[in-house]
Amino acid sequence: MADLTWKDMEIGNIITTPGSARAYRTGDWRSDKPIKDYETCIKCGMCWLYCPEAAITIDDDGMYGFDLFYCKGCGICAEECPKKCITMIEEEEV
Amino acid sequence: MAKKVGMEGSLAVSEAVKLANTDVVAAYPITPQTHIVESLAEMVANGDLDAEYIPVESEHSAMSACLGSSAVGARTFTATAGQGLELMHEVLYVASSMRLPIVMAVANRALSSPLSVWGDHSDVMAVRDCGWIQVFAENAQEAHDLVLWAFRVGEDTNVLFPVMVNIDGFNLSHVTEPLLLMEQADVDKYLPVNKYPLPLHPDKPVTMGAFGPPFIYTEAKKAQEVAFQNTKETILKGWDEFEKVFGRRYSPIETYQADDAETLLLTMGSLSETASLAVDNMREQGKKVGLVKIRLWRPFPFEEFRKTVKNANVLVVLDRCLSFGGPGGPVASEVRSALYDQANRPKVVSLIGGLGGRDVTPQNFEYMVDRGLEIAEKGSDSEYEMIGVRK
Repeated sequence: MADLTWKDMEIGNIITTPGSARAYRTGDWRSDKPIKDYETCIKCGMCWLYCPEAAITIDDDGMYGFDLFYCKGCGICAEECPKKCITMIEEEEV
Repeated sequence: MAKKVGMEGSLAVSEAVKLANTDVVAAYPITPQTHIVESLAEMVANGDLDAEYIPVESEHSAMSACLGSSAVGARTFTATAGQGLELMHEVLYVASSMRLPIVMAVANRALSSPLSVWGDHSDVMAVRDCGWIQVFAENAQEAHDLVLWAFRVGEDTNVLFPVMVNIDGFNLSHVTEPLLLMEQADVDKYLPVNKYPLPLHPDKPVTMGAFGPPFIYTEAKKAQEVAFQNTKETILKGWDEFEKVFGRRYSPIETYQADDAETLLLTMGSLSETASLAVDNMREQGKKVGLVKIRLWRPFPFEEFRKTVKNANVLVVLDRCLSFGGPGGPVASEVRSALYDQANRPKVVSLIGGLGGRDVTPQNFEYMVDRGLEIAEKGSDSEYEMIGVRK
């Protein structure tokens, strides 16, 4: 998307492909990112339920993870986790 | 044969909207535009025009409703004036950048305060850069013709931009003039069906007006500007075809007695007719004076303009709008800028008058020429002068 030139624009910047917003990386707004202690997680799914961006993933074992392409780092998952196994750390620390 | 009638300027506009078989009119009444939308509401109510008339609660809503109807491919018209145009301001930019071919008549009016319902060009000059094609009419016939032309040009798939037809409030909107009413058969020949290429439709969903992050906004604006510059060809073709069908000729820059003129007056809108009387008087006195009229204000016809004025010594520009603390009237400042790099160019004198409905007489124009020559020769202690101010 980032290599589109002005000649590639549809009339009035109309978007003709439905769902193209999926390709837009909202994760780069993030200043804090979640990390998780997988040993403590009880797979209760509270993080999945509360995430306002649907950026919590579930793998085949029912383990929850993060989709950092969309995660904006709001920290609601860390706040709501009953086992406190999610921690928000500054992006620079990684 | 076209029928010759006596008709008010406002009705000349609404008759053209009717002849164009417009689908949607969304408008809010405001003086001096009221007669346009009143008569359209009446036509719709009486079944003379098969259109949706959307009464709205403000001009901001009027233009927003126009966006929606134009986006589904409906032929869309609105009209406003003065404060109403300013209330529409932000939505005007949306219409042009979304490439929606709305046609709007503006009955030019001064801006408050003090509250003034009377005419000048403060309203349109404040929306100069909004990306609409903008033309000025000099009389009721031109208002009638240019509205039809506006639909044809705006909706052309090589254009797809909204078009604003400026008619001076009261001087044009409320004056009854002789008019050749266009025939429906000629109109149908001239104006094809509106076929917006990517309309909102459930069968083929599209997203309009999406957001543009920093990585794409500049490209979007570049595309808009290039497309806007490229409208010129269709604008001219629209006038060529108009002449073929209706026999009346329009050009981006028009002149009166300008070919050998040493001093040129520059006007826009209905005052041009008054100025031409002054030119006649001064020609009788042996003064080599002529008149230049800007018909097409956006996109500005640089080439035609430079060619027209290059042999004159002095160009006296009458602006009906102030740019507070600026370099002169908006028109004067633009033409100065258009001429700055030219080897042959007249001196540009910026005069401001005709504000808030103040009459400008042929005598005033004669004074402007005399004063303009004086300023061109001796200079002035200010960037521009206001004429007719009581001291």
